[in-house]
Amino acid sequence: MTVAELVRMANQIAAFNAAYPRDEAIRGMEEHIRAFWEPRMRRMMAEHLAAGGEGLTELAREGAARACGIIQRA
Amino acid sequence: MTIHPIPDLGTRKRQGPPVTLTIDGVSVTVPEGTSVMRAAAEIGHAIPRLCATDMLEAWGSCRMCLVEIEGVRGTPASCTTPVREGMVVTTRSPRLEKLRRGVMELYISDHPLDCLTCAANGDCELQDTAGEVGLREVRYGFAGDNHFDPDRRAPVDDSNPYFAYDPSKCIVCSRCVRACEEVQGTFALTIEGRGFDSRVSFGSASDNVFSSDCVSCGACVQACPTATLQEKSVIAHGLPNRVVETTCAYCGVGCSFRAELQGNEVIRMVPAKTGGANEGHSCVKGRFAWGYATHRDRVTSPMIRERITDPWRKVGWDEAIAFAAERFRAIQAAHGKGAIGGITSSRCTNEEVYVVQKMVRAAFGTNNVDTCARVCHAPTGYGLKQTFGTSAGTQDFRSVEQADVILLIGANPTDAHPVFASRLKRRLRQGAKIIVVDPRRIDLVRSPHVSAAFHIPLRPGTNVAVMNAFAHVIVTEGLVDEAFVAERCETEEYRRWAAFVAEPRNSPEALADAIGVPAETLRAAARLYATARNAAIYYGLGVTEHSQGSTMVMAMANLAMATGNIGRPGVGVNPLRGQNNVQGSCDMGSFPHELPGYRHVSDAAVRAAFEAEWGVPIDPEPGLRLPNMLAAALDGSFRGIFIQGEDIAQSDPDTQHVQAALQAMDLVVVQDLFLNETAAFAHVFLPGTSFLEKDGTFTNAERRINRVRPVMPPLTGLSEWETVCRLATAMGYPMSYDGPAAIMDEIARLTPSFAGVSHARLDAEGSMQWPVNDAHPNGTPVMHVDGFVRGKGRFMLTEFVPTEERTTRRFPLILTTGRILSQYNVGAQTRRTANSLWHPEDMLEIHLFDAEQRGIATGDVVALMSRKGEITLRALVTDRVPQGVVYTTFHHPETGANVVTTEFSDWATNCPEYKVTAVEVRPANRPVGWRETYATLHETHYRVRAAE
Repeated sequence: MTVAELVRMANQIAAFNAAYPRDEAIRGMEEHIRAFWEPRMRRMMAEHLAAGGEGLTELAREGAARACGIIQRA
Repeated sequence: MTIHPIPDLGTRKRQGPPVTLTIDGVSVTVPEGTSVMRAAAEIGHAIPRLCATDMLEAWGSCRMCLVEIEGVRGTPASCTTPVREGMVVTTRSPRLEKLRRGVMELYISDHPLDCLTCAANGDCELQDTAGEVGLREVRYGFAGDNHFDPDRRAPVDDSNPYFAYDPSKCIVCSRCVRACEEVQGTFALTIEGRGFDSRVSFGSASDNVFSSDCVSCGACVQACPTATLQEKSVIAHGLPNRVVETTCAYCGVGCSFRAELQGNEVIRMVPAKTGGANEGHSCVKGRFAWGYATHRDRVTSPMIRERITDPWRKVGWDEAIAFAAERFRAIQAAHGKGAIGGITSSRCTNEEVYVVQKMVRAAFGTNNVDTCARVCHAPTGYGLKQTFGTSAGTQDFRSVEQADVILLIGANPTDAHPVFASRLKRRLRQGAKIIVVDPRRIDLVRSPHVSAAFHIPLRPGTNVAVMNAFAHVIVTEGLVDEAFVAERCETEEYRRWAAFVAEPRNSPEALADAIGVPAETLRAAARLYATARNAAIYYGLGVTEHSQGSTMVMAMANLAMATGNIGRPGVGVNPLRGQNNVQGSCDMGSFPHELPGYRHVSDAAVRAAFEAEWGVPIDPEPGLRLPNMLAAALDGSFRGIFIQGEDIAQSDPDTQHVQAALQAMDLVVVQDLFLNETAAFAHVFLPGTSFLEKDGTFTNAERRINRVRPVMPPLTGLSEWETVCRLATAMGYPMSYDGPAAIMDEIARLTPSFAGVSHARLDAEGSMQWPVNDAHPNGTPVMHVDGFVRGKGRFMLTEFVPTEERTTRRFPLILTTGRILSQYNVGAQTRRTANSLWHPEDMLEIHLFDAEQRGIATGDVVALMSRKGEITLRALVTDRVPQGVVYTTFHHPETGANVVTTEFSDWATNCPEYKVTAVEVRPANRPVGWRETYATLHETHYRVRAAE
């Protein structure tokens, strides 16, 4: 598994959720990643986010950060 | 004709108010429209007949079924005479006896009297009827003009691999012609000539059966009352003497068949009239292509090897299972529980699939289980659950008979789901309209007696744009079923969706360029769908196998809700499932995030129920999906896999990536009938069982749970579920059952939608459609009748996001892939049958302009290149595909269609984007690329060390 694969997946999920208002979009992303990503994928994404999250769209970064427990839900 | 025949009441069943009449002094009440023949048969007074059968409309040509009716002159044919209130009918009298015997005498005067050596001896309606009417002599002799004299008779046409046509035995009853028209809907047969020269003809004079339009569905053979159309297997072996009713193992239609046998040898498979999915019809695969089950390539002994470069070594079951268990345990000891996983098969039974996912969860201790639905209908499960609340189609197949408009998207049923296609075509002949959304001009766009109201040849990858354009028209032109939406759907979600699709950017005019179809066509098609009394959506992998597959499923569900086309017969959103048990394998908890019944592993209450039954804790975190497993194999964190009946090295996209991942693993265990392409990378081969050896259930695309019954003992000596139980036990988790019925009992205990299902009940009452539980004790043909499973229907926003896979100057064409009638999936089954005569190789369909620009003619060897790889195959120049699009099938491993497909996938489910690959095509003068790699691989693939 590569970071590039996860970044693409996260950006795709964000692209779907982008049609929704921002709060809902972030929540949708977070719930999707929590529901479908195996923990090692979330860990890898967390490491990537910690390293700057290159390649992620703004929405993908926000949603993934919440899903990976880096940012707590408000 | 069949041995141990199912009662044939002569003419079709009718619906209508009751009519009471008297037949031979017996009072009988039947629905209005019923024939006198059928009414008589229902009281056990069968009337002799030759041209009538209850699979067909009455024809009235043979004059055998004459009856006397009080107040009616002459002796009308009972098959074409409808019942009337108070009618008094006599079916037996000296006059009728004489008439019938006279008619039969004429028939027999032109029929060879070779009954004792005839293949249909004992299974011939002509023979039976001659006996029934007491024919004792033929006064006319046999010397005059006839069709059977060896010097004059027409030759037997045995060009079809499965049945022979012997014109000398034909009585010109037209049953075959009518079956082809009414049952199959192909119109390949006709009666040619007049009077004495009349004969059944397949196509034009220069055609034989094989070269004609005949699709070998077998309906004509089934309908033939003599040996004129006869299965070659019966000619070769004689009539079967025992019958087992079971379920076909090909597509998701799930046809019921009578396996007719001599001992353990299948003589023929005959479609069962009692089958809820097929009601007596079949296709070339189910009817005839079952020979793979005993093909010489079947591997029936377990085999192991240390390295994938070693030859295989045949071993006993105990050694093979101990070898696999020890290695799985060693991997987990070194790399953690999550370093192994399993794949379940949609070709296996519910019971077999259930035990594999249980083994992975309970014995492996991980949720790393997935299924081949990942690469086909995973978006269906996701999209329909989001919108309706359950991961399944909404209707039974019979529902299409009440549809007035059919919106067919990304599916080619005449090739991939032929028996359903026959139902659909019948409805079209009755006047229903069809809108076809498909880049290719499939047969349902135009073929005999079929002409689509609209064909939307969209650019591959623009499905969601088409749905948004439809929705825009429906919302902005006031075509929404406001009452349905208000009562059945979430109001706020609807309002938001309506505002979204009403935006000008979602109008047909704004999207027409992207879609490649004029706005006015989109508008007119949308209006037709929205204004129908009953409009139904049917779809296939052309919807799901895209980067927006799940979005598209939700977009279709939105459309159905907005127009109120949900919750009654004739409407709905209906996936046409690719494999026989895709629905079932998903139902059985094959996804890494869901336990059986589509319940998330994070749900503590659900886990608790399984933990109590299984006696082990269940991981609350989702496991790896199949593509994730392959990716993790390449980073070294996933190192062992159990693969049940799937050939991911051929069927999954980006073949070289799949191969590299398999090669990187420490242990690959394959359970299959054959040494498939994946087995080239395996260390353990566990021989699997064919559907003829299985005992259990399949669940078809309409959620119908059908019994699969063994017609022969397992050639391997062990059922697949027993193999899995032994492996789980060897892994340290004791697992055993008294039999597959006990597995189903456990499924029913743990899965609310299966609560009322048991083998005993299925055997006693026939198939049932889930949910079967206290709320739906007899099953559920149509879902969401009074409300959605999730409560209120949920509209989802479906922004059109173009795929990242784009054409470029280097790769200017779009490749899309699919299936052909005679072959099935990776071809492991059908390639080992005579079906390959119709499709010996995968061909590349290319538009004539694209071909001309590249100097390509039909039959030329061409190279097909994408950024992933290069393959060679022959070209078929055609206008069936639009300019800029090429198409091929993936049935032959040496073609390697998936060598060129990409890593792109659906955003929600990772279902691969098989349907959009940017490619270039150029003439090639020899096999290159993949063919060379495959030839090398193939050489070592089948090596088995001689017994020591």
